[in-house]
Amino acid sequence: MSEPASDPGTSKLSRRRFLGLGAAGAAGLGLALLTNRTASAGEAAEKAVSAGEAAPNLAPQSSVLVDLTRCIGCRACENACRVRQGRPGLPTERFGYGPGEGRLSFTSWTFVDFREVHGESLAKTTFPVKRQCMHCVDAACVSACPVAALHKTPRGSVVYTASRCIGCRYCMIACPFKVPRYEWNEGLTPRVGKCDFCDDRVASGRTPACVAACPTGTLKFGTRENILREAQARMHVNPGRYTSIYGDKVVAGTSWIYLSDVPMEQLGFRVDLPEYALPSLTWASLGRVPVVVVTLGIVLAGVYRLRGRKESHG
Amino acid sequence: MVESAYLAILLQVAAALAMAVMGVAACWLLAGRKVPQQVTLRLVWWVVLPILWAFGGVAFVTRFTGGLGAMTHLSDTFPWGIWIAFDMLCGVALAAGGFLTAGAVYIFGLRKFYPILRPAILTAYLGYLMVLGGLLMDLGRPYNIWHPMIYWQHRSVMFELGWCVSLYNMVLTVEFLPLLLEKFRWHRLLRIVHSITIPAVIAGCILSTLHQSSLGALFLIVPEKLWPISYSPLLPLYFLISAVAVGLAMTIVESNLSARAFGRSLETPIILSLARAIPLVIILLLTIRVIDMTVRGVWVYLAPRPFQTFTFLLHMGLLLIPTFLLLHPRWKRQPRIVFWAALSVVAAVVVNRLNVAWFRMLPSADEVYVPSWQEVVVTLSLVSLGVVLFGLAARYLPLFAHHHPDEPAATPAPSAALALDP
Repeated sequence: MSEPASDPGTSKLSRRRFLGLGAAGAAGLGLALLTNRTASAGEAAEKAVSAGEAAPNLAPQSSVLVDLTRCIGCRACENACRVRQGRPGLPTERFGYGPGEGRLSFTSWTFVDFREVHGESLAKTTFPVKRQCMHCVDAACVSACPVAALHKTPRGSVVYTASRCIGCRYCMIACPFKVPRYEWNEGLTPRVGKCDFCDDRVASGRTPACVAACPTGTLKFGTRENILREAQARMHVNPGRYTSIYGDKVVAGTSWIYLSDVPMEQLGFRVDLPEYALPSLTWASLGRVPVVVVTLGIVLAGVYRLRGRKESHG
Repeated sequence: MVESAYLAILLQVAAALAMAVMGVAACWLLAGRKVPQQVTLRLVWWVVLPILWAFGGVAFVTRFTGGLGAMTHLSDTFPWGIWIAFDMLCGVALAAGGFLTAGAVYIFGLRKFYPILRPAILTAYLGYLMVLGGLLMDLGRPYNIWHPMIYWQHRSVMFELGWCVSLYNMVLTVEFLPLLLEKFRWHRLLRIVHSITIPAVIAGCILSTLHQSSLGALFLIVPEKLWPISYSPLLPLYFLISAVAVGLAMTIVESNLSARAFGRSLETPIILSLARAIPLVIILLLTIRVIDMTVRGVWVYLAPRPFQTFTFLLHMGLLLIPTFLLLHPRWKRQPRIVFWAALSVVAAVVVNRLNVAWFRMLPSADEVYVPSWQEVVVTLSLVSLGVVLFGLAARYLPLFAHHHPDEPAATPAPSAALALDP
């Protein structure tokens, strides 16, 4: 759009014309927004990456392989998580879940979901599935947080700093896995509760508490690159045993990679999630902010100036 | 444990009493510092307002002693309720009349809209007050509300919203200050405020464009949670266009109501020319929406959920009926019909905001969210506080000043040819 103020003949133009220019500018802006926003999300993601916005570059991203075919549902991982948080371990007098248990909560960062799956070729009907934060490579919650209270550590763990948090809960809206949980019954200093990938342990060279506690080798810790290679190798060597892998592609990749002998959707995982990073969707809009500011600023200031000049010229 | 429970009850009673007294005081001030002698409709205010605000005070105390869980029906899988869907999304949208009128008068020199400028700016100011009040209750740590200023996170829509809304509130303060300064005759300060009005108005238009659309952009990140008839990559555009429509409509509604409440004559020519713009905006909005929904093939998502179909049809009906009314050659000239058409547009946009932030998020939640009475009472208290403050401003401030010494600084002489004039 040419800037109307540069035209020396404008003082003779009618007001109608000026307003027309303004309207044309606004319409052009709207059109620009429209065409840009209808670009496919994949393109948006590429653009965002090329602009250095998405995909935070990290030292080796820590990762865990969850081979569900090896899980016996002992819940030692859950117990270890509680102990590491300083909470009492699992009760020994009973095995099942009490009321309000058996799900993620502000205090319960991981749990074993016992899923009923029925199939002719299946030898069992109950499948234990460990659930926790997936630690997305480009996490929606991290991009949503306005104050970086949720952020990624150099090890790729998504962790939470309560002192920064304003409590807007946009992270809970944004997370495609519904992982962040809230301290609903705290009046003045409520916090978000979610798995922190035992970042302190990993930083000092140890594995997360749940991985260390697993007695069957269901959980395996490593760099994401190695874990992905391991998962593919297992599927390659034993194609009859494994039918699905989860976390390699979903929302552009998560740090927790699942292998399973039943389809993932039957185990409570959403398989309809996009394969691009979710933050690219909001970045498609946020990336336009400078364009809007500059264009609108020029149009409005231009209209105002030209109108003033016209009026003073009579 | 027992003692702290007593303390909470004590605080609740104290807050209820304090808020009730404030309600009575507000009624007394609104009535021109007179206690009504006979039972009239206005007396209803004297009863309803203190009771409502007393319950609001109880809810406020419960919020900060027992937490959000003690008084809302929010949950881990439905963390945003009516304070976001109504107080924030609708409050911001209903305030759009402020930047539209300020832009029209100061930037585009449409001086005939000057009489409605101040009420429109006040309405916008009060809209953001509702936003702020809602956030004060809804944010887990409201005392950290300024943190986006120091902890930058530029990939967050919420970060951008925080900045835009804060800055725009400063703009509104600059636009609103003349009312106070004239009242108290601080002419030197008034001159300073006038000198920065034009840049402030331009900034206000830019900031409003940004954050009106950003409210829609908030939901871009949940393609898997928002029911597909509402999810669209064009959400920011829809929020912006519908904010323009509701900004115009709200200005008409508010002019009508204040004309009736304060016994003033209606600015009929202004109202009618505002009303002429509304159908164009709605047709633009609906055209894009229908094409967008067809291209993405999401009409099929209407069928399986009757409630979503109902809210969708309600939204469409509330938009289409006023469009026909305002395009009708005879009806569009009748102020009464224009008023009801504008009210319908306001209702349509409210339904739309509730759709996006509440109803269309339900299918992905584990629990069905229905607001608690405390959430409703807080929202009603904030709305009534806005109405009371508007009434007080109308009574005690030069809100309806027609020909004031502070004519818009940028328009030295009244010009005859105005763009919106026929």
